[in-house]
Amino acid sequence: MAIASRDFRSLRLDGISRAFGHLNALHDVSLTVQRGEFIALLGPSGCGKSTALNCLAGLLPLTGGAIWLDEKRIDTLGPEDRGFGMVFQNYALFPHMSVRRNVGFGLTTHRVPKAEITRRVDEALALVRLTAQAEKLPGQLSGGQQQRVAIARAIVVEPPLVLMDEPLSNLDAKLRLEMRAEIRRIHQLLGCSTIYVTHDQDEALSLADRIVVLRDGSVRQIGTPEELYARPAHADVAEFMGYRNLVPTTAMPAGEGVRVRIGGAEFLAEPMERIDGRAVAAIRPEDLSPAPDGAIELTVEAAEYRGRDFYGFGRTADGTELFFRAEHRVGAGEMLRLSPAAGRVLAYAG
Amino acid sequence: MPADPTREGPPTAPAGTGAPRAVPPNVPSPLAGTGAPRGTPPNAPSPLAGEGRGEGAPHANPVPGTARTPPAAQPPPARGGGASLRYAPSMRTRLRNRGLDGVTLLVIPGVLFVVALFVYPFLYGLLLSFEPKEGGWLANYVTFFSDPFLYDTIGKTLLIAIPATLLNVVLSIPVAMRVRLMRHQKLLTTILVIPITLGTVLVAEGLLTYLGPRGWVNRVLLEFGLAEHPIRLVHNYWGVMLSLIISGFPFTFLLTLSYVTGIDPALENAGAMLGARARERFFRIILPLLVPGLAITLALSFVQAFSVFPSAVLLGAPAGPTRVISIAAYTAAFEQYDYSMASAIAMIMAAVQVLIVVALLGARTLVFRGPASSGKG
Repeated sequence: MAIASRDFRSLRLDGISRAFGHLNALHDVSLTVQRGEFIALLGPSGCGKSTALNCLAGLLPLTGGAIWLDEKRIDTLGPEDRGFGMVFQNYALFPHMSVRRNVGFGLTTHRVPKAEITRRVDEALALVRLTAQAEKLPGQLSGGQQQRVAIARAIVVEPPLVLMDEPLSNLDAKLRLEMRAEIRRIHQLLGCSTIYVTHDQDEALSLADRIVVLRDGSVRQIGTPEELYARPAHADVAEFMGYRNLVPTTAMPAGEGVRVRIGGAEFLAEPMERIDGRAVAAIRPEDLSPAPDGAIELTVEAAEYRGRDFYGFGRTADGTELFFRAEHRVGAGEMLRLSPAAGRVLAYAG
Repeated sequence: MPADPTREGPPTAPAGTGAPRAVPPNVPSPLAGTGAPRGTPPNAPSPLAGEGRGEGAPHANPVPGTARTPPAAQPPPARGGGASLRYAPSMRTRLRNRGLDGVTLLVIPGVLFVVALFVYPFLYGLLLSFEPKEGGWLANYVTFFSDPFLYDTIGKTLLIAIPATLLNVVLSIPVAMRVRLMRHQKLLTTILVIPITLGTVLVAEGLLTYLGPRGWVNRVLLEFGLAEHPIRLVHNYWGVMLSLIISGFPFTFLLTLSYVTGIDPALENAGAMLGARARERFFRIILPLLVPGLAITLALSFVQAFSVFPSAVLLGAPAGPTRVISIAAYTAAFEQYDYSMASAIAMIMAAVQVLIVVALLGARTLVFRGPASSGKG
């Protein structure tokens, strides 16, 4: 493969921080990225994920910590000298240059010979399937095509690391799925290390080798998509990973687990952190479904159709609000008995 | 079923409010023009309202319960009457699709203003210039172009206006690039705008004493032995030039600043990520995107500098190197009382300005003129 990432073993973020005045946008973030890894920085807006990416890119200076590429300290270098590729949220294509010149821009600044530029740009355009659009201006392309140009422009210089800042958030739902597959395909083909910022947990789960969950500028959890999906370390991570039902309760030790109360019924839950008395029981709507012998009795308040199934919202007799999934149509005002899937109730310190 | 909130106006309102009207299927919202939002009050007799039903446009399929039958309901079209008739858009709809509606009338005061204060005086001057005191109808123009004392003023004015304009624009680019990144941008912008509000006469008076032979500048130079004799900075070419820069720069700067800030900062970041240093980023990304705006800035600054008059009189040598074309026009009008000749000179002045502005804007079409940002924002 002609386009291959430059060699390095690991990229190390060593306690990096970034403050804006008194505001700590990023606080003591440490992370080691192995070569070829796909890392997703996931978090709600304002959590510092874009700040982290801009610090890595060199567009924002750090106010603390260091960044190492193997044994070389790079946080003191400007963005021009780090040689990372970056895909911007709004694509940031040069509007006055053709697709070909956009993609070749990074090669011309590195004084690559003309013939080689033509060859490598052709390769990159073939990779993102835009050979036919090479002579067009960015304004003549669709959003998805522009994003593919931005990706080609970032990878054609064979960077050790590609940074992506919410690259799919400007696309419509269908295109987003297509581009997600495209990004995965290119990553598998080139094996370039990638750091991908997103607020969309589905994107992070489907693309990343490891996910870093950020909140208020600090790392809350680092893990594989499976770990994050099944065993979020904290209640706020759980909430972000789709555990919409977070019920305050008391926890009684019971063997290896704890007993929690949800809507007046007791269940065995798996504790995710140390719990003393007060706790929060967490369960996904998908793991809470109507069953004839369900222990939770609830009145449906609203339900919406999602194609294969229904997602409902209701209230139990003691006022607990719960989200659930149903196979069949449920209507507002209906009484239902719900039962959580075995082993899918988690407990956090309350 | 509750009333549709998008339909406004009382049920008995005349055409232009609630009545559903036949609208071609490609119009985005069939309700877009029926209510008040286009600036026509619901009950006001809109100048175009009559067309709405006057053409006998039938109703679109009324939704039971929401449709309000207008007072003068029209019979449904005959069956088999042809789809083209059924969906023929009303005159009002057609006008609106071309951007003409009641709001269009708001341009009338502006048009009157332009006609009264620009078109009429211009045409009057043009005709006057062809009615010379003596000689044929072109006599004024013949006189102008055969008398070096007169036609030299074109060259002299260009010699002042072109360097002053270029200097202003070239200076304003780096300043604007820097100010764009500043946090106290408003303060600096305010300081720079003050010379505009002061007016050229005040600036000229100030410069006269400041740069004069007994002014601060020359006293400092003499005191420190940097000059043996006072340097002549006023009553010559340089005095006018300095004044044009001081009064013209803020204007040029403000225009340039708006064009510079219009360029998406992400583009420069993208350039930096691709290895381009500041110089390369400026010349390959910023400047090409700035050129169309700079052409306009150049044109406007040039017109301002070309019509220089007060500073050329006060700070220049109005009999010699700074006898600009506006001085020639002034002399003709108010010293020789030859309004016809003065009009001719003004017409020649206008022609030179138009020629240069057209050339500048023409050159603009040779470069990229799209938006200075990217993406589908």
